[in-house]
Amino acid sequence: MTAPLIEGLYREGEPIADTAAPKVPIETMWTQRKFDAQLVNPTNRRKLDVIIVGTGLAGASAGATLGEAGYNVKSFCYQDSPRRAHSIAAQGGINAAKNYKGDGDSIYRLFYDTTKGGDYRSRETNTYRLAEVSADIIDQCVAQGVPFAREYGGLLDNRSFGGVQVSRTFYARGQTGQQLLIGAYQALERQIGAGTVKMYARHEMLELIVVDGKARGIIARDMVSGEIQTHLADAVVLATGGYGNVYFLSTNAMGCNVTASWRAHRKGAYFANPCYTQIHPTCIPVSGDHQSKLTLMSESLRNDGRIWVPKRREDCEKDPREIPEEDRDYYLERLYPSFGNLVPRDIASRQAKNMCDEGRGVGPKVGDFRRGVYLDFKEAIGRLGEDAVRAKYGNLFDMYKQITGEDPYQVPMRIYPAVHYTMGGLWVDYDLQATIPGLFVAGEANFSDHGANRLGASALMQGLADGYFVLPNTIRDYLASGPYEPIDEQHPAVVEAQDAVEGRIATLLGINGDRTVDSFHKELGHIMWEYCGMERTEEGLRKAIDLIRSLREEFWRNVRVLGAADTLNQSLEKAGRVADFLELGELMCIDALHRRESCGGHFRAESQTEDGEALRHDDEFLYVGAWAWGGDNSEPILHKELLEYEAIELKQRSYK
Amino acid sequence: MKLTLKIWRQTGPEDKGGVVTYPINDVSEDMSFLEMLDVLNEDLIAKGEEPVAFDSDCREGICGMCGVMINGEAHGPERTTTCQLHMRSFRDGDEIVIEPWRADAFPVIKDLCVDRGSLDRIIQSGGYISANTGSAPDAHATPVPKEDADRAFMAAECIGCGACVAACPNASGMLFMGAKITHLGEFPQGQPERDARVLSMTAQHDEEGFGGCTNLGECSRACPKGIPLNVISQMNGDLLRATRHQA
Repeated sequence: MTAPLIEGLYREGEPIADTAAPKVPIETMWTQRKFDAQLVNPTNRRKLDVIIVGTGLAGASAGATLGEAGYNVKSFCYQDSPRRAHSIAAQGGINAAKNYKGDGDSIYRLFYDTTKGGDYRSRETNTYRLAEVSADIIDQCVAQGVPFAREYGGLLDNRSFGGVQVSRTFYARGQTGQQLLIGAYQALERQIGAGTVKMYARHEMLELIVVDGKARGIIARDMVSGEIQTHLADAVVLATGGYGNVYFLSTNAMGCNVTASWRAHRKGAYFANPCYTQIHPTCIPVSGDHQSKLTLMSESLRNDGRIWVPKRREDCEKDPREIPEEDRDYYLERLYPSFGNLVPRDIASRQAKNMCDEGRGVGPKVGDFRRGVYLDFKEAIGRLGEDAVRAKYGNLFDMYKQITGEDPYQVPMRIYPAVHYTMGGLWVDYDLQATIPGLFVAGEANFSDHGANRLGASALMQGLADGYFVLPNTIRDYLASGPYEPIDEQHPAVVEAQDAVEGRIATLLGINGDRTVDSFHKELGHIMWEYCGMERTEEGLRKAIDLIRSLREEFWRNVRVLGAADTLNQSLEKAGRVADFLELGELMCIDALHRRESCGGHFRAESQTEDGEALRHDDEFLYVGAWAWGGDNSEPILHKELLEYEAIELKQRSYK
Repeated sequence: MKLTLKIWRQTGPEDKGGVVTYPINDVSEDMSFLEMLDVLNEDLIAKGEEPVAFDSDCREGICGMCGVMINGEAHGPERTTTCQLHMRSFRDGDEIVIEPWRADAFPVIKDLCVDRGSLDRIIQSGGYISANTGSAPDAHATPVPKEDADRAFMAAECIGCGACVAACPNASGMLFMGAKITHLGEFPQGQPERDARVLSMTAQHDEEGFGGCTNLGECSRACPKGIPLNVISQMNGDLLRATRHQA
């Protein structure tokens, strides 16, 4: 029997639950799980093949660790080198419950802050484990030679990030992501040199191979020769990052895409909470139509920078240096006195939007609005001196100057929110296994740890926790039952996957319409930002779904992709990715539409408190929305995983 | 502004390649150099011509994926990455010559894209500290003097873009290699493999077809991250030391 169609858009299926977490108190759960996971004899490991797609913090660390353990690893990335993965661009830092500052930090507090920051929409068992292994990450990275900031006594330094009242963030100036990634990359390269990992750079996964219900390999395209390759294995790991580029303009790298996850979703992996996108408050504002991407300015700047807009609209065009103190509205310090400029990202973002919507934004007009607020270092420069500010944030200030042509030591920076990180992703259980056995998902590509909003300096922590410590322990339990029955390239499931990839490429090259791939991508991005961005309404989301459907129809009729399949063809690469974004975008809107509550940065205009703050509805929406692919031209199916909070008390969030 | 672009076009590794001239109008000074190329490519596709292939990814000056010769200079006239170079560095009416990195160790794949796998292979040969996952001592067990940590960080800022190689008349990779050797050599945990690291990395460097260093300093001048020339001195010092220990 088919379930009834809800709102004309989706059906509801059976509830889903995580069965991998042992039924023991949360403090001993991970220890118990590691003990319960079966072992693989060292001599048997080299008989087991693991494919890892993506070489960011999660993928490179997993590849290095599984390679060290002796498994036979194949690693894939679309860039020319694994060192380019977008984890490299993370600036601010990585959290860890080391309590080196003696300021009351603990595993429980990191767990508490992360769960509260995520507005109680993450799975508490996964989040607790993240906090638990955080301290080991720092030790591991220091041992590898990651150059964290140090104090004069030679010990590691820490700073503070949004949503938190302790200093638990380890950092390497404004380049923490780069340094951590280079650490993981070097560990991976060491294994490549040792022969345990085989690296496929400039390769893109275009299809998942599922045999007898298990993930058994991928179809990849060699992006230089165009060759379509089949790679088979005992297990597949996706560590392919987020899908923020569905918005076209985002802080993601140009190549970040959803294709690997989306192809797995179409093969049976559930996609959880797709509408959860983090809008980051401190990005350089858009300057014009030609813009290809947005640049983040680290949240750590909010430690010393003060955010303000003019009190009066008529002052917005003035040189900020000529606006006296009494005419400035330090609105975060005014509205949230205990956290001030360090409120979590969702709150900082929404208030910046509110100020601009009120007509008090600054900077050039984009459309009818000035979309920018000041991030002012004048007070910090006065207090600490310019040299000290330069030592802390120098590279960020240089980057700002390079992009805007303005000197932030002289005039305040202008910032505005932008799409940054996606908390949604493929559904995984406590073992990080997707709904397809043998498919594991790590880092930003899974949904598990951040709920509706991610705290600063937690992405790097999750990527490395998953890759170095979690996945290597859980995947061995699956691999211990292997090697799985050998399959060859003539297996019907393999042939079907190959044909699907070749057919899609031939179709894209054969349409020969009028519009470029980028023009479709920009239009999709505009729809998503307008209707499924920081603020959503029922009406807007319904409109967006219609717009996306007609855009998708036009794409398959009218896109123009030049060149050939058997060569480096960047338009073809983009076309395949945009085709998948066009499907994901619709699912994001359906997910946002069905969730009639405001949580995290996902502000449903219909659900707010009297003073305009986000209003959650735990009675109705205390669940993960895990979507199953319904088939082409069929509705998606919603499976709910109820969230149970036993170790933490559910509260309305307040940062006042 | 209006510009004349002279761009190296090469259909593949076997093709001889050559420069093609493209006029471009309506370039705004707020565009990055790569956004200017995006605009050119949109025009080319509209005309039914294949767009120019070039590499870029983060477009924040940190991933190291982008990089072309602009008027003979690696990453162009400013000391930054190509993605962070903005059109305000050019004038209306300028002619701009755009070519791929030039080095035997970086074969051209297509148009402006080159293969920099040789840099990865140098790292594979020893550009790491061997530390298996899960057995590391507490991070505070080994204090590191701040000066050493800062110097390690400075060297670790290398983004592996290859501008140093492209700028060097000998196409030497010594700045890239020296930066890694300096980064790891500043830490106590980098000492056990210090000799082996410099010996294997320098051997791999030569095998890849990079040239020798003749102290011209073009590498450091072109480096978007300002890696100083003295990392090469440190590498040479380490090499001398390792050779003596071997003897």
